[in-house]
Amino acid sequence: MASTETSTRTLIASARLNRPGSRRTYWAIVIVTVVVFSFVFLGPLYWMVTGGLKSGPEIAQIPPTLFPKHHELSNYSDAWAQLSLGRLILNTLYYAAGALAFQLVLGIGAAFAFSKLRPKLGNAVLGLMLATLMIPSTVLIIPQYVTVIDLPIFHWNMLDSPWAIWLPAVTNAFNIFLLKRFFDSIPTDLLDAAAIDGAGPLRQLWSIILPMSRPIIGVVSIFSVTAVWKDFLWPLLVEPSPTNRTVNVGLYAFSQGITQNVLVAGAVIAAIPTIVFFLIFQRNIMSGLTTGSLKG
Amino acid sequence: MAATTAVPTTPAPGRRVGSANIPRRRGGLRRKVFDNLTGYLFMLGAVLCFAFFSWYPMVREFIMSFQRTRRGVTTWVGWDNYIRVWHDPAFVTAWKNTAYFSILALVFGYALPFFIAVLLNELRHAQGYLRALVYLPVMLPPASALFLFAYAYQPDNSGIFNFILHSLHLPTSQWVQSTAMTMPSLVIASTWMNMGGAILIYLAALQNIPGELYEASELDGARLLRRIWHVTIPQTRLILSLMFLLQVVATMQLFIEPLILAGGDGVEDHATSIVYLMYQHAFKEQDLNGAAALGVMLLIVLVGFSAVYTRLSPRED
Repeated sequence: MASTETSTRTLIASARLNRPGSRRTYWAIVIVTVVVFSFVFLGPLYWMVTGGLKSGPEIAQIPPTLFPKHHELSNYSDAWAQLSLGRLILNTLYYAAGALAFQLVLGIGAAFAFSKLRPKLGNAVLGLMLATLMIPSTVLIIPQYVTVIDLPIFHWNMLDSPWAIWLPAVTNAFNIFLLKRFFDSIPTDLLDAAAIDGAGPLRQLWSIILPMSRPIIGVVSIFSVTAVWKDFLWPLLVEPSPTNRTVNVGLYAFSQGITQNVLVAGAVIAAIPTIVFFLIFQRNIMSGLTTGSLKG
Repeated sequence: MAATTAVPTTPAPGRRVGSANIPRRRGGLRRKVFDNLTGYLFMLGAVLCFAFFSWYPMVREFIMSFQRTRRGVTTWVGWDNYIRVWHDPAFVTAWKNTAYFSILALVFGYALPFFIAVLLNELRHAQGYLRALVYLPVMLPPASALFLFAYAYQPDNSGIFNFILHSLHLPTSQWVQSTAMTMPSLVIASTWMNMGGAILIYLAALQNIPGELYEASELDGARLLRRIWHVTIPQTRLILSLMFLLQVVATMQLFIEPLILAGGDGVEDHATSIVYLMYQHAFKEQDLNGAAALGVMLLIVLVGFSAVYTRLSPRED
């Protein structure tokens, strides 16, 4: 990664850094930065993992021990059992997967209509969707909750069902906007050529647009999975049963009745799936984050 | 960076993108109606979701805030809900706390990510590692990260923060259990958890600054700080201004930090936030209408702030 940066000129010219005196200062700064950042960002994780290994008396000990004296691995198994973490993680995965599927299918369909099919009122509808970006999400949580317990017209109570997370997840105007803007950049000629060969809109979407849109679909997928994984207030309201809780809500809800060391161990286990996810998709996550925000 | 090349936003010159002016299919009225219907069909699912879970709730919030539902009977009550939440003893405190959190978060968390981004952008080594590092906390489930802070904030000297302060011969703190330190404690946790996103966005913005500008200003004899002031900041002005808005709006929705670190209201209500008050009204006092009135107030404050801010802030010509 470092090599790609040297080509562009930043605040300090590379040539200047190559002078012997500056070079030493530069390396000193690199080392200090790496050490300080590792301490600030990995230190807490170390503290969390070792905290989960400590015994009850040791975790409350003054002063705290920097290295746990005994490794009580049983804390981790206790946390797994007492917080039913397996269940929580599976629930969250299930919600995230469903939200992702709905967001991709319905979002891509809408973006395709806005970008290529362009029905008469398309732009007006898109405008109404984008207008929701002005409204911060938590502000509408009460009427949304009321809607979910009794869906107008259908009188369907979605409380405690995954639908209460899946369907509202689709109302992410930013993701639809990202998809639409990407589709805009695909030449319409390609679709016209396919249309002459007799391909209908669905076929055009499937065989031309989707294969060309992999990068943006990756970005949107990561956004939608992380959003479900990190959400707290909404799942707290709409999935009240202990068996339906997400990781975040479960940790919070079960935290009252258990000891500190087991709770910390639970927090570690709950963090593992996201850390693994991050390590696997690190590049996509980092580049995706800047894709939408800058070129808008 | 891969990020900036991922989306080809500018169309090739001379070619029209989008089908607006290109008659794709010739045909009669029937054909047109059919094409339009296909278009609507493709957006139907998303439109229904927006209608039920976004547009309708927006209207419903205002309606609910002027109604009262008791034992299944709904009546119009005018401003009663607003007056009732206004007289809630925690109302003023909650606004004060939320604004205080928001301001503190700006003081600690607004400039810091920018300067970290400037620093990281100058480093020719370990950049990938450092970027991953700062973004790691953003990926953690917030509850996980906050329980970690709850553990680190233990008020006697068994907490790691107090241990470090004590070893450095600095005064220790009661953290969330002292009224003065409640909000700063929440801000520290929140900044640690959320800073990575802003850093990466700033980094991408910094990489878009043309190198010639730095060269020119260096030739003019501008030293490091002057180059930051006269090149870096003006060149990233738009993104800086946008991030300011986003941060204010995000921090005004404070909820999970006080809930997990301070049990929701904290010592003597020093942690109660607006969203927490809304949650209390709705689910502890079964007063959804009062909660909706609070929601309307927060909505007006935040949308009003965004509108005024965008009107006043500098634009690109």
